[in-house]
Amino acid sequence: MKANSSTQQKKTGADTIQRLMAFGALIILFVVFSLASPYFFTLSNVIGILVSTAVNGLLAIGVTFIIISGGIDLSVGTVMTLSAVMAAVTVRNWGMPNIFGVLAAVLTGTFAGAVNGLMVSKLKLPPFIATLGMLNVARGLSLVITDLSPIYFPLETGWNRIAMGSVLGTIIPGFDIPNGVLIMFGSALVAGLILSKTVIGRYAFAIGSNEEAARLSGLNIVLWKTAIYAVGGLFVGIGGVIIAARLNSAQPALGLGYELDAIAAAVIGGVSLSGGEGNILGTIIGAFIISTLTNGLRILSVPQEWQIVVTGLIILSAVYLDILRKKASAN
Amino acid sequence: MKSKKMLIIASVLMILAMLAACAPAAETPTTVDEPAVEETLYIPVISKGFQHAFWLAVKAGAERAAADYGVEITFEGPESEAMVDKQMDMLQAAIDKDPAAICFAAVDSQAAIPLLEQAQAKGIPVIGFDSGVDSDIPLATAATDNVAAAALAADKMVELIGGSGEVAVIAHDNTSRTGIDRVAGFKDRIESTYPDVTIVDIQYGGGDHLRSTDLAKAIIQGNPDLKGFFGANEGSIIGVLNAVSELGRDDIVVIGYDSGQQQLEAIRSGQQAGAITQDPIGIGYKCVEAAVKAVRGETLPKFIDTGFHWFDATNIDDPDIAALLYE
Repeated sequence: MKANSSTQQKKTGADTIQRLMAFGALIILFVVFSLASPYFFTLSNVIGILVSTAVNGLLAIGVTFIIISGGIDLSVGTVMTLSAVMAAVTVRNWGMPNIFGVLAAVLTGTFAGAVNGLMVSKLKLPPFIATLGMLNVARGLSLVITDLSPIYFPLETGWNRIAMGSVLGTIIPGFDIPNGVLIMFGSALVAGLILSKTVIGRYAFAIGSNEEAARLSGLNIVLWKTAIYAVGGLFVGIGGVIIAARLNSAQPALGLGYELDAIAAAVIGGVSLSGGEGNILGTIIGAFIISTLTNGLRILSVPQEWQIVVTGLIILSAVYLDILRKKASAN
Repeated sequence: MKSKKMLIIASVLMILAMLAACAPAAETPTTVDEPAVEETLYIPVISKGFQHAFWLAVKAGAERAAADYGVEITFEGPESEAMVDKQMDMLQAAIDKDPAAICFAAVDSQAAIPLLEQAQAKGIPVIGFDSGVDSDIPLATAATDNVAAAALAADKMVELIGGSGEVAVIAHDNTSRTGIDRVAGFKDRIESTYPDVTIVDIQYGGGDHLRSTDLAKAIIQGNPDLKGFFGANEGSIIGVLNAVSELGRDDIVVIGYDSGQQQLEAIRSGQQAGAITQDPIGIGYKCVEAAVKAVRGETLPKFIDTGFHWFDATNIDDPDIAALLYE
């Protein structure tokens, strides 16, 4: 017991270091870019960064649950798209109020997550394969349902304001942080609580650290894995709401490649791809590092091809740091 | 361990610092009280893609104009035309840089409107290019005059069929701007100028090779005297070529649009008489040129024709034409 609690402590210690490092890296990025360009640290540009983080942040939250449980989810990008499409169908085609559109998106995400979970736990498909299949199913369904062209939300529904309106701006004039950003932070808070304070969170860590031990200690793996994937899917569904609101449309061809940004954010934030480790704060910081980097390089007019190279280097360094950290905590 | 971590952090920072140093120095904000004197104008060009042959040609044109007018440009676009939100991020960052003007080809016009309104409010002139933006905000749009281009196709068609006879058209659709303009341009020219030529049928195959093939075959079989066939985009013309070869009707004069490997081979082999190509280099050049003129306060026409060219087996390898073609 004692040994266990001391490794636990070491782990938390290492986690804190990683979190501080990730946060430190974000601060450094801000400082470097602010010094390099007068256009970087302006209210409008910082809001731009926040907005472009919202969707990836939500997808990254979703994928964090799944990676912590020892799995992977490649379907988050296209499930997000399918959720957006279902919201658009509900609001535009069926003429229902926005709240039902939000529900449709969240349910779609949750359902797709639960199916992923069942395929992984019950049918024993490797997570990589199961979610790769889901990636294609969701992508195909989005195209089928929309008949290949975007569905636009009628302006009078005010759907756009879900993400791009600013409740905060009406309370504190001039402080126009778009709702989508607040929704991401709110979701992160909830996700953090689920992960650290609820049984789903605890079991995610238990299954991710040692699935066999968790099973032997009487955990219903099928049930809990399904639940973990479903919770992940729920946040992906919220991501669908945000992207549909930002673009005021469901774009059926979008979403491919977004899963990689989400996984990268989680990994930069210290989520271990071997499972059992990670936290939401780190993931959100990871998402901010990616979008800040992209935005900053853009503001500095670095050619697009080099932006991609730099993003890749940052991911590699983050993962290598993760390995070093683990070595350190093992010693 | 600690020192190793520090090393990595340090190296990441170095990379960033190097990049920051390499980046072209950001221009100082234009002062309002005094007219800017000989300051390098910065004009971001945001396209619908950045690594396809067509967009590379647009980029080359934009860079040529930048050199001619002594302005600084950046050229970027999303990795695929589906990534609407990534293009919005690019547009947002471009606006935040307080540029002299912006050149923009919207992946999705509706999604871009709020940001374009922001640019308008900041007094940044917006110039559309290629498919442009479906809005009143752009001061001008540099694009191919598809009506005139299709009219040229009609002139060539009449010349090649000997001045009289029956012709038919396959187009991609009658909903997109290009589909509507190309059919109208061809049809109007034939009807207004060549009374001895009749258009027996105009069909829409969605740009799909197979559907266009079936439609073209049906038209040829239903009109055995057909002398010419115009395909209004790449997918349509491939359908026409398939139909002609499946039915063994090499006598039909086939005229197409744009390039693509199959069409280029057909022109080289003589199966296809020729085609109209747009000028992506001209699109890039004219949009940057228009942006410079807008900054100088010159009035611009709402629509700027970027040019088009007829090409056939005789000039397909001319450097001027070859530069406009893609496989």
